[in-house]
Amino acid sequence: MSPLSTVAPPTPRKSFAVRNRMRTGARYAPTLATLALFILMFIVGAGMYPSFLSGQVLLNLFIDNTFLIVLAVGMTFVILTGGIDLSVGAVVALSMMVTASMLQNGWNPGIVIVAVLVIGGGLGLLMGLVIQYFDIQPFIVTLAGMFLARGLCYVISLDSIPVTDPFFTGMAQARIPLSEELFISPGVLIALVVVGLAFFVLHHTRFGRTVYAIGGNENSAMLMGLAVKSTKVLVYCVSGLCSAVAGILFSFYSLSGYSLAAQGMELDAIAAVVIGGTLLTGGVGYVLGSVVGVLVLGIVQTFIAYDGTLSSWWTKIVIGGLLLVFILLQRLFTRRTA
Amino acid sequence: MKSILKNRLAWPVLALVALLAVNQIFRGDFLSLRMQDGHLYGSIIDIMRNGAPTILIALGMTLVIASRGIDLSVGAVVAIAGAASCAYIAASPEPASPATAAVAVVIAVVAGLVLGVWNGFLVSTIGVQPIIATLVLMTAGRGIAQLITDGQIVSVTNDSYKAIGAGYLFTLPVSILITAVVFILAAVLTRRTALGTLIEAVGINPVASRLAGLRARNIIWIVYIFSAFCAAIAGLMISSNVTAADANNAGLYIEMDAILAVVIGGTSLAGGRYSLVGTVVGAFIIQTLTTTVYTLGIPPEVTLVFKAIVVLTVCLLQAPKARNLFRNLKPASPLRTKEKVAV
Repeated sequence: MSPLSTVAPPTPRKSFAVRNRMRTGARYAPTLATLALFILMFIVGAGMYPSFLSGQVLLNLFIDNTFLIVLAVGMTFVILTGGIDLSVGAVVALSMMVTASMLQNGWNPGIVIVAVLVIGGGLGLLMGLVIQYFDIQPFIVTLAGMFLARGLCYVISLDSIPVTDPFFTGMAQARIPLSEELFISPGVLIALVVVGLAFFVLHHTRFGRTVYAIGGNENSAMLMGLAVKSTKVLVYCVSGLCSAVAGILFSFYSLSGYSLAAQGMELDAIAAVVIGGTLLTGGVGYVLGSVVGVLVLGIVQTFIAYDGTLSSWWTKIVIGGLLLVFILLQRLFTRRTA
Repeated sequence: MKSILKNRLAWPVLALVALLAVNQIFRGDFLSLRMQDGHLYGSIIDIMRNGAPTILIALGMTLVIASRGIDLSVGAVVAIAGAASCAYIAASPEPASPATAAVAVVIAVVAGLVLGVWNGFLVSTIGVQPIIATLVLMTAGRGIAQLITDGQIVSVTNDSYKAIGAGYLFTLPVSILITAVVFILAAVLTRRTALGTLIEAVGINPVASRLAGLRARNIIWIVYIFSAFCAAIAGLMISSNVTAADANNAGLYIEMDAILAVVIGGTSLAGGRYSLVGTVVGAFIIQTLTTTVYTLGIPPEVTLVFKAIVVLTVCLLQAPKARNLFRNLKPASPLRTKEKVAV
């Protein structure tokens, strides 16, 4: 910026540059605040419970939340365009049910995984098409998608189906050692690959730039000649695919399929994205921020698990409170930058 | 005939009649009513009684949606109201007395009003999007309800309290009468005073209505308070019907049913126009649909798939883009040109 400002008439350029720098600062601020909160919570945790301060506690946050990380990645795409996807929890449950029942019927795990991805991506694509071509609010379409996916779970089976396939049990038990004492699960690697892919797509491709442009101002994006229609349909497809991947990861984790699984997980995913600094009106946010958001939710749970006196419902209240704080922060920042 | 079909309520009412007819065909005694021990019995009464909480919440939701908002927190408010009243009754020295039940009702209603004020504050004063503002309470609310009940299912034995959800008055279930009173209250307040028009004005264009001298902020506040009030009464009904407060499952997904009822009833999700009667018809359709699924011998869990299909169909019928598509498919244009010529 600075070499440019010396060439051009100084005063207006400079003030523009300064304002611009402030604006990007404000854009990073919510995500940085989340990161700071996470580090603070980790330090406080380490101060309160000596066993908290270990690398494995940190790694466990990833291991226990692989599916939520992947869900939050998909949700970030949707929220960046200014939409919302309420169906993700139900699609996770449907993916688990399909996985479990297909494996029970002796299908090859590879075919099962492909089928689940096709179902998840297909459902997302369908919802995206309805949202785009009939101009119905994303909220209500994905709500219908949620009903549909949950209903289909019940159609498959009312009972929990165990997963006994050797590939899946192998993935569930496998540990990838990082050092003498530290390890991660294969699911973490898959989640990190998804995060990396999403990061690349959002920040280094035409599709990603269009996603941000739609969230910034859909009409402008359209007037600029960007592929607004197809991009808006595709983000729901991405979210559906992510839900399917999350469902497979959840199957690795729980080794069963159950119709009631992942209930309310769409709220956790939305909360993680918001806490991670993505603006709910779209246009501003980072996939890595969403990952930090998931870690914050995870550390809240770890805290409550370490503190024996607090009950599990405090998790919900704390997450609700954090959601509130970050929404208020967002209001503050959007008012300033607007 | 054409003008009747053009009426906004025509399609929902037709759908309801069709559903009732299907039930009557499969079960001959479906529409019959009978008196027993001075109470009115019959499938229709059952549908109304089971649907009462949904109707109540849908009434509140109608006004919220008319103001271009949405209230996702009603399910959590149901859980909190039930938890607060049951916890009070269980902890009081005289758990069976009518006075205890009365205080419990007051506590639940006040809790509901406070939560409504909170939602309204976030939406109207802070300016948070309604779906997100109410999401906060939706997430935290069940935790608060569990906090009140200490994670247990609190069961109570109090005949006066039980009467709210399971009692009878003038041969009719009390829950139906309460719902009717709230409906009349809402209808009179919004249709006999300017309030309804003001809510619609805010829903159509909040900025313009404010510039026109309307206190848009207060109007928005009123609709969220009313919505939470309805949810609190529904919470009382649900917990009284089973004489227990279940923080986890009371009113689970009821916000979805309520929104569905509002949409089926012809209220546009884009705000600006609403129909309370339509909402009641919509809620009846949902409840009858559930009953139909039982009548036809389909596993009840499949109801969700039916609901999904109904939501999508109704939304598509409402969407202008879909309507245009159908209109272009129909070769009905000559008639319209003739009309134009005549004019």
